[in-house]
Amino acid sequence: MTDATIQASLQTGAEEKLPQAIARSYWRTVGRRLRYDYVTLFFILAIALIALAAIFAPLVAPFDPNKTSMLYRLKPMGYKGFLLGTDELGRDMLSRLIYGGRMSLMMGLAPVVLATSIGGMLGVVAGFAGGWVNMLIMRTMDVFYAFPSVLLAVAISGTMGGGVANGLVALTLVFIPPLCRVSEAATTQIRSRDFVEAARASGASTLSIIFYHILRNVLAPVFIYASSLISVSILLAAGLSFLGLGVEPPTADWGLMLSTLRQSIYVQPLICALPGVAIFIASLSFNLVSDGLRQAMDIRA
Amino acid sequence: MTPESRTAPEAAGQPSRPVPVPPGDPRDRGGKAQPILTAENLRRYFPIHGGVLMRKIAAVKAVDDVSFTVLKGETLGVVGESGCGKSTLARLLMCLMPLDAGKLVFDGDPIGGASGLSLRELRRNMQIVFQDSDASLNPRLPIEDSIAYGPRVHGMPKGAARKLAHDLLQRVGLRPELFGTRYPHELSGGQKQRVNIARALALNPRLLILDEAVSALDKSVAAQVLNLLRYLKRHFNLTYVFISHDLNVVQYIADRVLVMYLGQIVEIGPADAIYRQPKHPYTRALLDSRLDPDPRERVETAPLSGDPPNPINPPSGCRFRTRCPFAEEVCAQTPPELGEWIDRASHLTACHMANPASGHSCAGKLPPSTARLARVEAVAS
Repeated sequence: MTDATIQASLQTGAEEKLPQAIARSYWRTVGRRLRYDYVTLFFILAIALIALAAIFAPLVAPFDPNKTSMLYRLKPMGYKGFLLGTDELGRDMLSRLIYGGRMSLMMGLAPVVLATSIGGMLGVVAGFAGGWVNMLIMRTMDVFYAFPSVLLAVAISGTMGGGVANGLVALTLVFIPPLCRVSEAATTQIRSRDFVEAARASGASTLSIIFYHILRNVLAPVFIYASSLISVSILLAAGLSFLGLGVEPPTADWGLMLSTLRQSIYVQPLICALPGVAIFIASLSFNLVSDGLRQAMDIRA
Repeated sequence: MTPESRTAPEAAGQPSRPVPVPPGDPRDRGGKAQPILTAENLRRYFPIHGGVLMRKIAAVKAVDDVSFTVLKGETLGVVGESGCGKSTLARLLMCLMPLDAGKLVFDGDPIGGASGLSLRELRRNMQIVFQDSDASLNPRLPIEDSIAYGPRVHGMPKGAARKLAHDLLQRVGLRPELFGTRYPHELSGGQKQRVNIARALALNPRLLILDEAVSALDKSVAAQVLNLLRYLKRHFNLTYVFISHDLNVVQYIADRVLVMYLGQIVEIGPADAIYRQPKHPYTRALLDSRLDPDPRERVETAPLSGDPPNPINPPSGCRFRTRCPFAEEVCAQTPPELGEWIDRASHLTACHMANPASGHSCAGKLPPSTARLARVEAVAS
C-alpha cells in the first residue's frame, strides 16, 4: 500500500453505507452472557426476594417479630395463622425470619463492601508502588492470613465485645487480607504491561494512571472474589451470633435464633431447623450467583 | 565515506527527499542544523542484588557510554541483536527510566534540571510506540479513549480530544465511525499497531521512537505500517528513531543507522554507506546473516556463532573481540574509540581495523565477509 492508496481508501467509503460493527463494552458483554444463564438468574431472583422482604419487612411480616406470648410457645407450622410456627417465646417464626434477613444481609454485604474498598485499595497501592511499600503492606496482610478466618473473627469479636458494630469490624478485618492479595496480584500483572508505560510516556500522573487505567482492569477479578465472600460473611456472622458475639438477644437474627432454639430441638425439630435453612438458602444463592458472575466475567477482553 | 550517501545533499544524481521540516514550523527552536535530540554518554546499569544482605554484587551494563545525535526530519535506525540494549536505549531516551550517567538535549534544551526542559514538556514532544501492540492498549478502554487519553492528561477538553482521536484514526487508515468505539481485542495486530501510532501522535510530538514497532507484525502488514509511517512522517514533520532487529526493514526506512553491540555503539553512519560498506566486522556479520529471498542462495557457514558475552562482565578492550574473526592482541588491550561525529554524512566505527594508527595488522582495511555462501543448484526436474 502506498501513500496514494492510503489517501484513496480514506476518501472513498465516506459516503458508502457500511454495516456497523457493534462494539460492546465489557460490562455490557457480561450482562448479555448473564441473560442466558438461567441458574444464576434464578438465584439472583432468590437474593432479590430475600432483599426485598428484608427491606420491606414491616409491610411483609404478618406479626410483630418481638411480640412474645406464653400461650403460643413452640407451636408447629400453620398453627392459628403462624405460617411457620412460633419460637420458644411464642414469637412468630416467619416474621422473625424476615426481620432476621435484614441483619444477615447487612452482615453479609457490609463487611465485604468495606473490605473490598480498603483491601482493594491497599492491594492496588502495594502492587503499583512495589518495592518496600509492597513488602510492608503484603507482609502485614500475611500476618493476618496466618490465622484461620473463623478463629480470627471470633478472637477480634471476643476482644472487642459483642454487638453488631464490633462484629462488622471483625468480619471486615478478616476479609481485608485476601482481597488485598487478589487486587495486588491483578495490579502487579497490569502494571508491567506496555500501556501503563505508554500512559507514563504521555505525561500522566501516577494517580491518573491508577484511576484511569489500573482500576478498571483490577475491578473484575476483585469483584468476582468479593462476591464469593458474601456467603462466607453471612455464615461467619451467623456463627458469631450463635456464639453470642454478634447481635444482642431481642433482635431477630438467624444465627442467634438458631442458638436460642437449640434447647427446643427435641420439642420442635422442624422449627429449630428453620433459621439454618434460611442461612443455607441465602449463602447458597450468593455462592451460585458469584459462580455465575465469575463465568460471565471471565471474558478475554 | 561513500558519495552515494542518501542524506548528503551534494550527492549528485540521487533524487533528494523532500525537505522534512519546513522553515515555518513554530516549534523548531534551534533551526534545521541543530539536532533534535543529542544523547551524551548515556549509561544505564541494572544492579544485581544478592547475598544475605541483598547488596549490589554486580551490574548488567545495558547501555554503556552511548553518544549520538538525531537530526531533524531524519529516520535513525538502531540495529543490534537481542539483548544489546536497544530497548533500554529507547526507554532512556523517553526518560521512562533514570539515567545512571549522561545527558539528553532536546532541540538545544537540556532535559531535566532547574533550567532545562520539564519532563511534561518533553513528553509532548517525544512519544514512543512499543513492539507489543496488544499490551500497549488498555484492554478495557475503547480505542478512541486510549488515543484521547494523552491530550486529556495535558488539559484538552473531552470533546476536542475525542475529535482529535477520530482525526488521527482517519490518518492511520482506520475509519473512526467503524473503529472508534471498538475494544483492542476486536482488532487485528496491524490495526492495533495503527492505533498505537495514533495514540503516540495524539500529543503532536516532533520525535517518535519506534521500539520494534513492526517486528511483531507479519511481513505484509509490517509493510503497510511502514508505508503509513513514511506518510505520517511527511505529514506531521516527524523525526523517527527506528529500533529494529530486522536489517531489511531498517534499510527500507532509515536515513542513518546506528549499530549496537553489548550496550555500545559499534558503527554509525548513513544507511547506504553502512549497507554497502560496513566498516565494523560485527556489522559485516549482521549483514552476512541476512537471508536471501532466492532459495538457491544459502548461507553455508554462519558468520557469527554463539551468544554475545555476558553484559555483566564484558570482555576487556573491544567488546566484540571474543567473536570477532579478526581479533588481535591490540583488541584485548585497548577499547576502540568511536570517532568524532562531524556532519550527517559521517560514517564512524569503533574498530581498530578502521584506524590506521591502531597497530592492528589489518588496519585501514574493510572487514571482508567471513560467511560462505553456497549456491545450491536446483534439483533438475
